[in-house]
Order: sequence, then C-alpha cells, then structure tokens
Amino acid sequence: MYNAKIILPVLLVFLGLLTYPLWSQKASAPPVLATPLKGEHCIESKDWMRANHMQLLEQWRHSVVRDQNRDHVATDGQHYNKSLSNTCLDCHQKEQFCDSCHTYASVHPYCWECHFDPKEVNHVH
Amino acid sequence: MSIDRRDFLKKLGLGSMVSLGGFGFLKKMGGPEEAIASGATLETADPNKVRWGMVIEMGKCQEGCTDCISVCHLTHNVPDHGNKKDEIKWIWKTGYKHLFTNEAHQYAQDGLPDKPFLTLCNHCDNPPCTRVCPTEATFARPDGIVQMDFHRCIGCRFCMAGCPYGSRSFNWRDPRPNLKEINPNFPTRERGVVEKCNFCTERIDKGERPACVEACKEGVLTFGNLNDPNSEIRQLLAEKRTNQRKPELGTKPSVFYIV
Amino acid sequence: MIEKALTGNRSYFGWLALLALVAANGVYFYGQQLTYGLGITGMSRDISWGVYIAQFTFMVGVAASAVMLVLPYYIHNYKAFGKIVVLGEFLAVAAVSMCMMFIMVDMGKPMRFLNVMLYPSPHSILFWDATVLNVYLFLNLLCGWVALESEKKGTPPPKWLKPFIYLSIPWAFSIHTVTAFLYAGLPGRHLWLTAIMAPRFLASAFAAGPALLILLALLLRRVAKFDAGDEAIQKLATIVTYGVIANFFFIGLEFFTAYYSGIPSHQHNLDYLFFVLEGHGNLVPFLWTSVVLGFAGMGGLLWPGLRKNERILGLICGAIFISLWIDKGIGLVIGGFIPNPLEEITEYYITWPEFSITLGIWAIGAMILTLLYKIALSVKKAQ
Repeated sequence: MYNAKIILPVLLVFLGLLTYPLWSQKASAPPVLATPLKGEHCIESKDWMRANHMQLLEQWRHSVVRDQNRDHVATDGQHYNKSLSNTCLDCHQKEQFCDSCHTYASVHPYCWECHFDPKEVNHVH
Repeated sequence: MSIDRRDFLKKLGLGSMVSLGGFGFLKKMGGPEEAIASGATLETADPNKVRWGMVIEMGKCQEGCTDCISVCHLTHNVPDHGNKKDEIKWIWKTGYKHLFTNEAHQYAQDGLPDKPFLTLCNHCDNPPCTRVCPTEATFARPDGIVQMDFHRCIGCRFCMAGCPYGSRSFNWRDPRPNLKEINPNFPTRERGVVEKCNFCTERIDKGERPACVEACKEGVLTFGNLNDPNSEIRQLLAEKRTNQRKPELGTKPSVFYIV
Repeated sequence: MIEKALTGNRSYFGWLALLALVAANGVYFYGQQLTYGLGITGMSRDISWGVYIAQFTFMVGVAASAVMLVLPYYIHNYKAFGKIVVLGEFLAVAAVSMCMMFIMVDMGKPMRFLNVMLYPSPHSILFWDATVLNVYLFLNLLCGWVALESEKKGTPPPKWLKPFIYLSIPWAFSIHTVTAFLYAGLPGRHLWLTAIMAPRFLASAFAAGPALLILLALLLRRVAKFDAGDEAIQKLATIVTYGVIANFFFIGLEFFTAYYSGIPSHQHNLDYLFFVLEGHGNLVPFLWTSVVLGFAGMGGLLWPGLRKNERILGLICGAIFISLWIDKGIGLVIGGFIPNPLEEITEYYITWPEFSITLGIWAIGAMILTLLYKIALSVKKAQ
C-alpha cells in the first residue's frame, strides 16, 4: 500500500470516531416506566406491546384515517377505540411512560407533533 | 409494512391497466362518464350506501353570527395566525358574488352580491383535488367525504391548485403557538401539510352530526344521507330550489345552497 | 473523466468559489425554511405556488431544448451540431437537476418525497412528471457521458447507445408536455385551462433553451477558447427564431380567445398580468418588459444579416431568454392564482429567504453545468 504510514493511522482514528457512540457510554439500565394511572391491563400483553406497539399504532392510524375503522378487537375479544390520545393515553402518561423510554432508546416518533396527551394539554401554552 | 405492500401491488396493477385501458382510462381520469347528464340524475345513488351531503339555507343565517365557524375551528384546532398570508380556515363567510362567481349579475337583488355566505369544502363526487394528489394523501371515502391523511401529505399543494373552490389551506408554519384553546381529542397539524374541512369524520364515525350543524341555533345547516330518499336533506332538496357552486366544472359538490 | 473537472486555471476555480458562496447562502436560508416552514416565503393561501414552481416550470423547458441539438444531429445527420450536442445534453442534465431541487424546496414535507413512489398514483400528473423527469435526467447523463467517453478514446459511440439516444427525443417532448398537463388539467384556473398549454410550453422552451445555448457558446469562445462553429450557432439562431415566433403566436391566440369571446373569467388573469385588475397590477411592468424584449429579439433575428454579428446575436439571445423567463418563470404560475377561485385578489411578494434559495439553486445548477462543460471541453480539446 502506498503511504501506509499516513493512511492507516488516519483510518484507525476515523473508525474510532465512527464507532464512538458504541463504546463511549456504559450500558445503562432501561428506565423504570410509570405505572398507568388507571386500568387493570393493557390491550395486549406487556411483552407484545413493548415489541409491537409501533406497528399497532401505524395500523390503527391507517385504518382510522383511510378505512373508517375505529374499532380494535384485542386477542381477548375486548373492543377498543383506535386512538392514541383517547385510548392509550387515557391510562398511560406521555412524559413518564412514552417519552422516558423513547429518550432512552433515542427514537423520535413524530406522533407528538400533532397528537396530545389530554392530561398535559394545559402545559402546551 | 404489509399494508403498504398491498397498496403498492394494487397500484402496480392499476398502472398496467392504465397503459392497456386507453380511452377508458382517460374518461375515468377526466371525470364522470355521464358528463352530459351531470347533476341532472341520481344515477349513482345506491340507497344501501351512505353519501353525506349538506344543505345550507342562507335565508336563516344571522348576519354577524359565527357560531358554526368558531365551533369548527375550536373542535379541529384550527389556528388563528392573525394574518391573511398564513390563514387557515375550514368554514368561513364571504360574499355571495365570490361563491357564485357567474351569478352576481348587474341587476342583482339589493345587497345580495356582498351578503356573507357560508362556505366550506364541497366534498365533491368528482373531486379534482384527489385526482391530482400524487400520494393519495387526500382521497374520497366510500361515503363521499374527501379526507386528508396528514401522515402521508408531502405538502406539494397540487390539491390547492386543483380545488376550484379555494377550500384548502396549508400550514405555512407551526400551528400550535397560535391556538388560543386546544381540543386534546383532536390532533393539531405539523407545518408543511394541507388541511381542510373533513365533514367531522371523527364525529360521523361515532354516529354524531358535524359540529357546525350542532352548533347552529337557526337550523341553517342540514346534514344527511343523500342516497336515502327519505332523509331530511333529500326532502329539503326535493322541496326547495337549490344551487351548487360552479356546477359547470363537473365536480358535483355535495354542499347545496338555498339562496 | 471526472478528474478533468479537478484541474483548471485560477478563474475557473474563482468562478466555482463564487457559485459555492451563492449556493451556501441558499443552503443557509433553506435551513431556516426547514425550521420555520414555507411561511418564510411570500406564498400564501391564495398564491400557493410561487417562484420555486415557476422556476421549475421554466427549467423543464430549458432541459427539453436539448432535443433541438440531438434531433438534427442524430436523426438528420446534421454534422455541424456534432461539436456541441454534448453541451446540449449536459445543459439538460443541469436543468433537470435544478427542476428537482426546485420541487424539493417547494415541498412542505421534503423528507416524505419518496411517498410519490411508495404510493404511486397514476391519476396524478405529478406522479408522471416525477417519473419522466428522472428518466430524462438518466437518458441525458448516459447519452452525453458515453458519447464523450468514446470521443476521448477516438472511437464512434457504442451501438447500444443508439436506442437511448432515439428514446431521448420523444422523451424531451414528453417532459414538457407532462409538465404542461400539471396546469392544463385543473378546473377553475382559467389562465392554465387551455388546450394549447403544451404547445406553448414547447415553443417557449425551444426558443429559451437554444438562446441560452448560443449565449453559452459565445461565452465559451471567450473564456474557454472553444469554438462551437459559426454554422452551428447560426442554425441554433434559426431554431430560436421559429421558437420565439411560435411562442408569441400562441400567446396571441390566448388573447384572442379571452378578449373576443368576452368571457370575464377568461380575461381576469390576463388583465392582472398585462393591464390592471381592480387596482392590482404588480406584475404588469414585468410582463410588458417581457413583451418588449421578446419582440425586439424577434425583430433582431428577422432583420437580414443582423444576427451574423456575434455581439448583437448575444444581445438578441439575452433579450429573448429574459423575456421568456419573465413570461414562464414569473407570470404564468403566479398569474394563474390571481384572482383566486373566489375571484378575490391577493398579491405575491417574494421574500429575501425565498429569493436566496432560488438564487442558490441557480448557482448549484450553474456549478453542475460548469463542471460538466469543463469535462466535455477538456476531452474535446485533447483531441
């Protein structure tokens, strides 16, 4: 290789910078999420919801907006109104539940650009 | 997502139909096939399907009253930016001559041309806005309501150029700072998407009437199923002489006026 | 071949640096637009498309005009264009790139631009326009680049390129026809709802594009010591002559229909653009400038012998280019929104950020063009 003396160290520094986020921080424990204010159980199991809530919400928004279907039938046969603000956030708290985990996972869903936690609306002003 | 995949395959099918369909496709794209009979018959009416419509009786509307407008804008979190450039409106009043641009002749009844008339999205049977939308972010529901999908809109504003009634608004900036009150049960919008009257789909789907209809104390607005010959709205349409805005364009509005 | 763009004299790099500066200013204001929203522009509820979409429409025409070199050279074997046909193709590449940038900056949600392909909607002309423009960009880049590479090697272009070259000819017409359909199919927009919108677009394109090419050829003579050849330049001038005559003929037809029929709604937009509509007439001076420059240019081209003078030909082409730019790059799009469908009048005032972004895209386009021309001319000079 030509100029290996220069290229190799620079390449190493570059790789180091590239992987910086991977090794710079100690693995932190997942945040403890706030228990919902009310409700006995979620519409599906906790594990299923943790893994699939984003797909479920996307399906909901598609079927509410485009197919006029607002009725969700859960695995246990119960019916729910397909609504982030009016169903999910009827029990959960956006800040202590959604946000704290999203912050931990460093994901930025744009739900909140438009949708509210009705409990928090007074803070919007 | 499987939903998108299904949609995509459907469209691909449609795309190849287009290239095979020739003139049939042009007709479909351009407008109703029974263009000459436009509006004169009820050829599409299927009594088993719902087709929402509205009759506006302007004779009953009180000048200066804005109940329906404020309720609508409050319900749907429509901001007031305080200037004309960024203005967003779903339902509003403007002079008769602006709504019925071909009918305000020089000997019109005293005061009529400038009399404030209510206007909103016409929820056309043959909507040009959905035809021009490149992503189907705006589309007609089976019940005739022309709906916006704010999650899909790319903000190209082709629908605004396509709408011959000026019924669409664009979020030129973030609406939230200019909302005086917030209805948490209805979303706000992001900047960069188009919005307009949705005939209160969120209420209709729950079996309620649109907010503006509920709010009007004078009974100006009659909302109902145009496909049901016994509905209140059809009775009204059968009894009284009604107008549509710009019927010559073949858009077949679902909003009718009793002047 | 790309390495040819990396070497050059001081003025070459100075010019690129200047363009980069203008582009950077545009990028800065685009950042602001992304943060604040399109409210940073002069567009409004009534004038929902402004200078971005107007520039896009104009640049589609410039892009399409490459066919005026490709067609005579490849179909009619008109040898004089041999030297500059690649300049036409590269101009098309730069122009289509600008079109795409103008579309991107006009979008309220640019990060969702892939939705056009994810949810293909064959009933929307915009879907087709996006498709034909991308293919046209590919065709011109391919045909220009491969032909140039063969020239570098001293061999004739490969046989497989021929189908692409032939395809690019109808494709050039298609991009501007489809772009015209964006406007000509909208009910209730009287200025645009005209069956001759596509021919009008093509006529103005085939005048403005070749006029720009002549200006570029004259410029290259001075700054790059590259001679396109008098015959080629004069032939281009003939094409401009026909194009500009057809363009004003079509505009005349619009005037006849609107004013002889006496239908007010057909007159309103023209009233606004050329006379004054209910006291509003911001664009009137611009449109008359366009008419004066256009007719002066047309007269200059028709005057026997006048266009043989290089300097005068430059002036003529400049006048025609500006005239058609005003007509299509300002008047056509903005004028179509005044009055609005409710026959109310809102006027449009371009803002500084909007102007900076527009200028920035022109600068990026000029940069693409400079780099491509540098490569092309280096190859040609090495022969």
